[in-house]
Amino acid sequence: MAATSSAPSLVDTLFQRSLDDLIRSLRSSSSSSVLEAAAITRALDEIRREIRSPDLDTKAVALQKLTYLASLHHLDMSWAAFHALELLPSPSLPHPRVAYLAASLSFHPSSTDLLPLATHQLRKHLAPSPANTPALVAPALHVLALASSADLACHLAPDLLPILSGQSSNPLRPKAIATALRALAVCPDAAPVLFKPLVDCLSLSSEPSAVSAAVSAFCELALAAPDPSPYLPLAPEFYRLLVDSRNNWVLIKVLKIFARLAPLERRLAVRILDPVCQLLRRSPAKSVVFECIRTVLSSLSDHDSAVRLAVDKIKEFLASDDDPNLRYLGLQALAMLGPAYLWAVDESREVVIRSLNDTDTNIRHQALCLIMGMLRESNVVEICNLLIKYAMKSDPDFANEILDAVLATCGRNVYELIVDFDWYVSLLGEMARNPHCAKGDEIERQLVDIGLRVRDARPELVRVARDLLIDPALLGNPFLCRVLSAAAWVSGEYVESSRNLLELVEALLQPRTNLLSLLVRAVYIQAVFKVVTFSFIFFIKQIQAFDTKSSADRNAAFENENDVATADKAVIFDSIDNNETFKHESLSHLLDFVETTVGPLSECDNVEIQERARNVLGLIHIIRETQYWDIVAEHELTRDKKISEIVELMEAAFSEELGPVSTNAQKRVTVPEDLILNENLSDLAEVLGDIDVTPCTSISFSLRCHHPTETKEDSAPVIEASSLLAEHRKRHGLYYLPTEKDEVESNDYPLANEPLLAVSHVDDAKDIVKLTAQSFIPRKEKPMKPRPVVIRLDEGDGDSSSGLTMVKEFKDDLLSGAIRNVLLGNESKPSSSCDMSSDRTSRRGETDASNNNELFSQPKESNALDGREHRKSSSRKSRHHTRHKEKNGSLGNEDIEETSHRHSTRSSRHQGRHKHRERGDAPPDVVSQEPVIQDFLL
Amino acid sequence: MIHFVILISRQGKVRLTKWYSPYQQKERSTVIRELSGLILSRGPKLCNFVEWKGYKVVYRRYASLYFCMCIDPDDNELEILEIIHHFVEILDRYFGSVCELDLIFNFHKAYYILDEILIAGELQESSKKAVARLIAAQDSLVETAKEEAGSISNMISQAI
Repeated sequence: MAATSSAPSLVDTLFQRSLDDLIRSLRSSSSSSVLEAAAITRALDEIRREIRSPDLDTKAVALQKLTYLASLHHLDMSWAAFHALELLPSPSLPHPRVAYLAASLSFHPSSTDLLPLATHQLRKHLAPSPANTPALVAPALHVLALASSADLACHLAPDLLPILSGQSSNPLRPKAIATALRALAVCPDAAPVLFKPLVDCLSLSSEPSAVSAAVSAFCELALAAPDPSPYLPLAPEFYRLLVDSRNNWVLIKVLKIFARLAPLERRLAVRILDPVCQLLRRSPAKSVVFECIRTVLSSLSDHDSAVRLAVDKIKEFLASDDDPNLRYLGLQALAMLGPAYLWAVDESREVVIRSLNDTDTNIRHQALCLIMGMLRESNVVEICNLLIKYAMKSDPDFANEILDAVLATCGRNVYELIVDFDWYVSLLGEMARNPHCAKGDEIERQLVDIGLRVRDARPELVRVARDLLIDPALLGNPFLCRVLSAAAWVSGEYVESSRNLLELVEALLQPRTNLLSLLVRAVYIQAVFKVVTFSFIFFIKQIQAFDTKSSADRNAAFENENDVATADKAVIFDSIDNNETFKHESLSHLLDFVETTVGPLSECDNVEIQERARNVLGLIHIIRETQYWDIVAEHELTRDKKISEIVELMEAAFSEELGPVSTNAQKRVTVPEDLILNENLSDLAEVLGDIDVTPCTSISFSLRCHHPTETKEDSAPVIEASSLLAEHRKRHGLYYLPTEKDEVESNDYPLANEPLLAVSHVDDAKDIVKLTAQSFIPRKEKPMKPRPVVIRLDEGDGDSSSGLTMVKEFKDDLLSGAIRNVLLGNESKPSSSCDMSSDRTSRRGETDASNNNELFSQPKESNALDGREHRKSSSRKSRHHTRHKEKNGSLGNEDIEETSHRHSTRSSRHQGRHKHRERGDAPPDVVSQEPVIQDFLL
Repeated sequence: MIHFVILISRQGKVRLTKWYSPYQQKERSTVIRELSGLILSRGPKLCNFVEWKGYKVVYRRYASLYFCMCIDPDDNELEILEIIHHFVEILDRYFGSVCELDLIFNFHKAYYILDEILIAGELQESSKKAVARLIAAQDSLVETAKEEAGSISNMISQAI
């Protein structure tokens, strides 16, 4: 034999290292990772050679070594899938066992494409034969359970039946049950075949381990189903187990099932109340007690006595000082209590607050979650103040967790909990000052967001922003960079609420601002721009107002005018007297200061800063140039056209208010007629390149529209590319300084929402009022201070995920639909395809059999089709043959209710029939209107 | 259901991994890295539950080994602790006061034992005796098969 380096040779076989050798060599080299990596590489080279050996023993050892490396050293072994399959047919028992172990650890249902090759061997090993010992079948079942794709599960489902419905003492039966559960999960079409035997496993005659496995399977199915009503007919079986079983594992699963079923059927809840309470009182096992607590809190919360009992048990849990597990679970259980049971939380308030100090971070976290769940409008101020103070003292991680929780809870649903925004805004400021604060991003978002949405909070917001800005210590903290950026933006945008402009400008231009990132500095400079604009406008207006009065009563009139302005705009110039010459000095001082500080920045490398610095300098230049500036005292010149033009222009630049943007804003923009949606992307690129004519440009201006536009227009489908661009602009535009210098040009562009604005304005205002009014209705006490109007747009945030859940629900629906058909019994009985239960099927009518044939022939015909298509078509078919027809496909809630009732009657009738076979003839189709659950339970 | 079972030593070495939900190889490595960081850093006398990516991981330390199981948020944590203990007791009975080395050198046996207890992420057999009996039966079957095969391969190699 020519022994090349890569071909397997006899030498490899004779001198092959065993698994033990491999493990030893790895252990001896485990001191350094380099050595270990080398040893692994060497071993892998060996394995690659050995595994191709024709000798099965050599192959098996190689595969075993590879399995070891893959499962403990994270090597990829997907390349060896074929070699594992090669070992399956070997007559020597250890070979297929090694192969199955390798397969169950490495095969992946979606990425192992060799899986279909295993079908035949699996079938052979599952078949009832003396050669197929449990030692062989058990690993085969494992592979089927862990790695089976939908196709494989469908093909092999009938092969599980002999084990499922065979001897009750068969040790493989529990394994087959769990495997059947997996098969059902990946392939709902298998329900007609598998479901009935699964139900039989619950019966009294089954072995305890089979019952336990079956209960686990039903628990899994019922928990996963979006609508568990198909399992309602099995309630009597579960009830029997709940009352009789002494096995804690079974009890826990049964309790879980009832937690899901009880809300569907009130009488069921009443019925299980007593046994559950008994367990709750008597069971020595904490796991069962905890499950009872959960069941009571989630599904029996209408029954006060039970809840009382559960709460007492929770208190016991919370009081167990030596067991952190119970304390943790106690807190978790308290968190499950709804708002209706605040008293229960209140009773344990002390323990909960104490838990914030627990040594275990998880318990602290749980306590925090619970406290957050308790937050109401009435206690939010008190609790949040307490938490934020606590965060100051606690360790960095937990401090941030607290900040995170407070920000998330208070910001939830457009600040629904917050009534006093002045308080909240100052709380945000306090949070930013927390030495561990790393939540700058969210604080930044909320500061800006509140500025946009809550007009009444702006003065306080500006005050908080000022406090943040003038503190030089904060500038060095990189986490606060974003907060400061928001503070700068807020003070620039709402400058009219500022008390002291000079101080503000000094804060914005203090030397330490060079510690900030460049983009934030740009925001600072833009804020300075706004402040300068505002002070100039204010100055000129003051004088104009002054001028319009006659000289006789000019002093008095001026003061009046000024008072009005003050009252209107809440503007107070502390540093500026009514005497305009003094004001002129102060303004000129401000301009000088800005000019000297910003001057050097006009040479800055960063374009953003440079551009904005130049804007500011340019503005100052214009102001200085006006004739008015030189001859301040001579008021005749105020009528100079140029000055009023400049003032108007500058005023217009910043007068329009920025508003929040709805997440769905893009959908509301109608697609321009000249935009062809079917155009391909390269054409689109051209369109986008020519930015003037795209819809996106106008969308960027829709930012400026400060009234939420509740239009009823069709949400036209939007090209992905353009919507992405719009999204980008929308997101960044909000935090980007509005480039108001474009103002003049912007008139040339069509405003996307312009025609709507005039119309919708009034309606919107009404809508907002209505919204807030609604949110007040359920509150118990009217707050002292009315909640300011919070502009909120529609709720449309959840849209993006709906597609995904739809798909999942669709699949689950298939399963519950199939199960409903099986349980509710009737013609399309599954077992017809299997010999084992032929006695049962023989009782059925001729027509039923033909239905079955049709049902099962369908998948066979379509075998060639791809899996998905196949599943769909056959499931459609199977539905078609059930009694309640396609209507079910799209039923409304009432329909579900109704059918589930009918189901329960039918299936229990069916079970009855099954138990008393001597009754012979299937009863005719007369369905009594009384749900049969009653017979069992009441 | 249980999504996966991992045994990690105190030094962060993986001693056993079993995945009941489909995870790709890359994801598996990430999961193990994240979890061992999360769990090994926790001190003693803390609770045995860790929240992780919307799941819960229940772990328990025996000597130098951490037994970790990942479950759904609505599963019963205490039940899982009992399952872990159940598994350890069975290992202990099988190996005779089990230690880490037993698992290292008999990793496939540890898998077969785990497979008798859990299948598809569900508890399978709650009786320790039954598991011991099943494992013993499998072992004897495998042993006889090996003996037969051994003799045959001896004959073949001698013939060559």
